[in-house]
Amino acid sequence: MSVSVENLSVAYRSRRGDVTAVDNVSFALADGEIMGLAGESGSGKSTLGNALIYLDARMRQTGGKVTLDGRELPIADPKSMRPRRMTEVSLVPQYAMSALPPTRKIGKLTGDLLTSHRVPNQAEVLTEMRRRIELIGLREDVLGKYPFELSGGMRQRVTIILSTLLNPSLLVADEVTSALDVSTQRAVGEMLLEFRDRGYVKSVIAITHDLSILAQIADSITIMYAGRLAEKASTSTIVGNPLHPYTQALIASLPAVGVRYDQTMLTGIPGRPPSLANPPAGCRFRDRCPFAFDKCQQTPPFEEVKPGHYVACWKVSQEEQAG
Amino acid sequence: MSTLKVDQVSKLYRAASRGGGLTPALRQVSFELRQGEVISLIGESGSGKTTLGKVILRLVRPTSGTVTFDGADIAEYSPGGLRDYYRHVQGVFQDPFSSYNPIYRADRVFEMVREVYFRGVPRKEWNGKIEAALDAVALNPGDVLGKYPHQLSGGQQQRLLIARALLLDVKVLVADEIISMLDASTRVDVLNLLVKLKRAGLAVLFITHDLSLGNYVSDRTVILRHGAIVEMGETEKVFGNPQHDYTKMLLSAVPELHKKWQHTPLGPVAVSGNGRVAAADTIESIPNGRGVTALAHASLVEQLTHERPVVKRERRVFSGVFHGPRAASGSSAVALSLEPPALREFEPGHLVAETE
Repeated sequence: MSVSVENLSVAYRSRRGDVTAVDNVSFALADGEIMGLAGESGSGKSTLGNALIYLDARMRQTGGKVTLDGRELPIADPKSMRPRRMTEVSLVPQYAMSALPPTRKIGKLTGDLLTSHRVPNQAEVLTEMRRRIELIGLREDVLGKYPFELSGGMRQRVTIILSTLLNPSLLVADEVTSALDVSTQRAVGEMLLEFRDRGYVKSVIAITHDLSILAQIADSITIMYAGRLAEKASTSTIVGNPLHPYTQALIASLPAVGVRYDQTMLTGIPGRPPSLANPPAGCRFRDRCPFAFDKCQQTPPFEEVKPGHYVACWKVSQEEQAG
Repeated sequence: MSTLKVDQVSKLYRAASRGGGLTPALRQVSFELRQGEVISLIGESGSGKTTLGKVILRLVRPTSGTVTFDGADIAEYSPGGLRDYYRHVQGVFQDPFSSYNPIYRADRVFEMVREVYFRGVPRKEWNGKIEAALDAVALNPGDVLGKYPHQLSGGQQQRLLIARALLLDVKVLVADEIISMLDASTRVDVLNLLVKLKRAGLAVLFITHDLSLGNYVSDRTVILRHGAIVEMGETEKVFGNPQHDYTKMLLSAVPELHKKWQHTPLGPVAVSGNGRVAAADTIESIPNGRGVTALAHASLVEQLTHERPVVKRERRVFSGVFHGPRAASGSSAVALSLEPPALREFEPGHLVAETE
């Protein structure tokens, strides 16, 4: 097990009390696994990803623990997290395209980064960086350029190279393909695959709202809804045979190339996710779920219904029990 | 029956740097948008798709060419005529969060329409109109009226803006990336709304970079690259049987749920210093025949599509309409002719451009 997250809860402090954005979440990642984490805006997916790397001042860990390669990851303790960032865990932030400081050339910025992380053999690391830049089809001269001289896709790829330069064990990639054109999306997606295959990163959590990108690059997909996990299974299962009503509705709302309104009318999901400031008891998808029944007043457990297939839904649990 | 006709529209932007070169955002684009028709305008960033939307909304003046609405050139409207034009032609833009003033309630956008167009309408009748418009976009008046923008979801905000357009006697809607910021679960609702309005006779120019969304709603498709049309025609024909290499490349890059990309792992020294590779690794080739792996392919494509197309020192030339290829390129710019590639008819209702 490369990464294991047990009963993790993360809350935001607000004037009206804590808002629990990640509520009692447990999952594990194997070595070499790319896990897709999908959900609507406000589902807590970015909070979960960020919490594994950097808890900012508004965030507080309210329970659970994270283990990375057999050692506990002290996410609530900034001091002991500092030396483990970039070397063991790394983040490609959302809006990574604007994450690069505008007044620093890429090469200079890399030097700064390595110095601040007290990396001893900088020359070697920079050679490796050049190799990786060429590997993904950029030219070495990007090191001498300012961020604004690069296109969005190039900046995104430079950011990923920087984040993975010291071969971290876990990379959290937050919406890395969202603001890009289709051709660039594909380049960035394949770059993640290539980096994983070459061992530049051991495992990846790819956070996005775009299920079709995950279908391309992820080994497993986890669906999050209103701060909790709804379903986790292999990519082919989530795409081909999802069990949770929310996942089913999400998949059904995606238009594929070749589908037109006059042949297949797709449907959205009515309603909105509940507010996390004061979430309802029981299953949080209840109000939007076409299958909701009495038992949904209680919180469904996130349990393994088939090998490797976890679902939090009373209806699914009952059907699986009945055989 | 109203028609919007875009005729030979070009727009050049003057670059402030790079020796005052010119960037052609649109190159002699022509097409017609008819009543009850959805055209999806597809292109990557920098293709000129948003500029075209702005030209149609008269927010940007074209360098040459005309846009006519019901036979009248929109550039020649008097202020009163322009007001009437906006009664019929409206736009909704990508970011709903920046279309509202956060200090005021969201329904102020309706009030502003009333001030300009419906001053004499009694309040009661006006409220009835608002309710009908909200009903058309499937919003519950109680959910949205009197609320501030931050209290509404992105989908609600976007539908509210469409409702605002419906208050007017709107015949053409320019929808510029209206769903790219919405969640998957609400996207389809907005798309289905466009289909419903189209059936009631509205013409929609659906501007997007997402091919599957464009494919879902549109009757015809226009594909733009570097400001010129590379392929256009009935959506089924363009997507079912794409002819231009650029269209094929775009379609091959679309992530699909049930079909995986062909990922070829890169070899140990797959890429040489200049980002190109030996032909032995060829899995795809792009128009000029250079062999590339998927990743290098993507970056070459990026080079072709994202580097700034600049025509240098051509300022004196475009006093009239452009004649002949006059391209010259800066060091990092793509050489580009002001003359767009010629379109030929591949089959009835399906035009394809020559390779540029």
